[in-house]
Amino acid sequence: MNLDLRVPMGLMFIFTGAIMTTWGIKTNGNAALYERSLGINANLWWGLVLLAFGLTMFILGQRSQRRLAKEPPPPVEEGEVRRGH
Amino acid sequence: MLLYFVFVLGIGFALKRYMKTSKDFFQAGRALPAWICGLAFISANLGAQEVIGMGASGAKYGLETAHFYGIGAIPAMVFVGIFMMPFYYGSKARSVPEFLRLRFDEKTRALNACSFAVMTVFSSGISMYAMARLIQTLHVFDGLFRSFGWAPEGIFTFSILMSAVIVLLYIFLGGLTSAIYNEVLQFFLIIAGFLPLVLLGLKNVGGWNGLKTAVSAVDPRMMHEWKGVMHASTNPMGIEIIGLGMGLGFVLGSGYWCTDFLVIQTAMASKNMESARRVPLIAAVPKMVFPFLVILPGLIAISLPKPHATTIVRNENGVIYHETSNIPTREQEEGRGLVPAKINPVTGKAMLDASGHPLLDYDMATPNMLLHYFPTGILGLGLTALLASFMSGMAGNVTAFNTVFTYDLYQSYIHKGGSDRHYMAVGRWATVGGILLSICTAYAAINFNNIMDTLQLVFSFVNAPLFATFLLGMFWKRSTGHGAFVGLISGTVAAMLHHGLTLPIEAHTGIHGGWITVVHHYPSDMAQNFWGAIFAFGTNFIVTVIVSLCTKPRPESELVGLVHSLTPKPPRAHNRWWKSPEALGIAVLLGAVALNIFFA
Repeated sequence: MNLDLRVPMGLMFIFTGAIMTTWGIKTNGNAALYERSLGINANLWWGLVLLAFGLTMFILGQRSQRRLAKEPPPPVEEGEVRRGH
Repeated sequence: MLLYFVFVLGIGFALKRYMKTSKDFFQAGRALPAWICGLAFISANLGAQEVIGMGASGAKYGLETAHFYGIGAIPAMVFVGIFMMPFYYGSKARSVPEFLRLRFDEKTRALNACSFAVMTVFSSGISMYAMARLIQTLHVFDGLFRSFGWAPEGIFTFSILMSAVIVLLYIFLGGLTSAIYNEVLQFFLIIAGFLPLVLLGLKNVGGWNGLKTAVSAVDPRMMHEWKGVMHASTNPMGIEIIGLGMGLGFVLGSGYWCTDFLVIQTAMASKNMESARRVPLIAAVPKMVFPFLVILPGLIAISLPKPHATTIVRNENGVIYHETSNIPTREQEEGRGLVPAKINPVTGKAMLDASGHPLLDYDMATPNMLLHYFPTGILGLGLTALLASFMSGMAGNVTAFNTVFTYDLYQSYIHKGGSDRHYMAVGRWATVGGILLSICTAYAAINFNNIMDTLQLVFSFVNAPLFATFLLGMFWKRSTGHGAFVGLISGTVAAMLHHGLTLPIEAHTGIHGGWITVVHHYPSDMAQNFWGAIFAFGTNFIVTVIVSLCTKPRPESELVGLVHSLTPKPPRAHNRWWKSPEALGIAVLLGAVALNIFFA
């Protein structure tokens, strides 16, 4: 299996985080909207957190992908018996 | 939300090209890293029943709900990782029923495979139904429907079909790998959605200490996990230490985490024995943090002052409006905190229990918290997390169903000796069939009000005795196939009889028990559950032992690799001692003890 889950996952959180941060900046100072979250701009802050998380995951995933690409592929196990027939 | 769906399906398509053999499809090629499987291990269980249900129990019973983690799940996960995984993984069985065939005989496996297949279909149907109801209540798609000019009655169908199609597509394409990858994605999404909720909620009630004071005002017993556990009348769940420890810790927790193929399948997908054993242990670590994430919203919801405003969420042209009106609805008037009262949909009056108090709709605790705290924007994330939890539960059920159906029913009894391609095609169509059946269940649930409760009750009858069979099978070489078969059936019957003869106080006879005659009253339905499980387990254990002693045992040579005393110790990898599963297991247990002390 050579799809590192961290790459798509990182991407997803980067996008989500970016959207939320943008929305948070756009609506910053809108007291009515943030009344329910105790006056905290939840979109902005949590968007930034998600962005950071997504970036970390993405970078980690990329790095291991690259390392895998450099290494020779692991030897195929010959002794593996196909079962179930 | 749209973004999430795109990614979910994208993963399905990306993985499709790796799906070449049935082994890839059903077992993820047994090649996944342990951390992915570990997260999927808990995520398969982190369905809606968990997120909504734990929030509901948090609001109902308080911190005592953490027992489900502290003595229910975590020790069981350590047990399955250290002691049972070597047999599951080492026996090369491809599913839990197949292990039963290897260890016992065909009929035990057929019994387990059939009951399991039926249960997975029904539970994913229930999950779908619950999701569609929640979408309706929270008005998630109302705006979309209005902008297209569709009738709002279609929302229910729309949500069911949408979730079904998405889950179907990604499993159809990518099999178990895709399901596992998506479960991990859903895991992080659920955390991303619920963590800010807990943080905001805690800040609102004034931190941990504020929560303590606020909850104590509702019921002083609710902030303690262990206090008052020695006697049934001094804790909110109404259960004493023996029932709790045996029922939850030994029977229910272990029964679920050690025998349910739904969760075991993710561990069996990992790449070697070492990682297979590590999977449940890795899973136990985030599991320890989960009480904060899923129980606290319930606790906060019950401790908040009653809202005297209702918010109607309206979505026009993609912009969501919140209209706040100051007329409390009947639900809230009768309810407590953010938890509304249950309203009978026919009469419009609050439903009452046997002593005349209004019943609270605890299931709304967590969803109401989302609506209460999240502004537009992050609210979308929260709702997506909720949907993700529904889907992850459903997907786990569906992959478990297609594996068990294909290997244990189709390949064994219907069509033997087909080609690998053939079985893979069958697996794909089993996925379609399973989801179609789930949809039927979801619709059946609309017409029969009690169907959900009834089904869950029947599941508990079937599941409760299972652990005894596995325990005897793995650790007592004398136990026989006949013994296991008879034991399983009598355990289920014992659970039914127990339910028919007892009743929690303040409940009406019928679905809650006592349908034969009432010989004993339990202080709560939890106590009834736990004791029922103990009776089922005990009956199964005793009957299996007796029947086994009367029947001929299998020769020991056939049981190598299946029974503890006849299996050579798994070869120790050249790792340092602290990397071994045993060390990890002990660390996890210590963590669990610390957690229990913290909540005490």
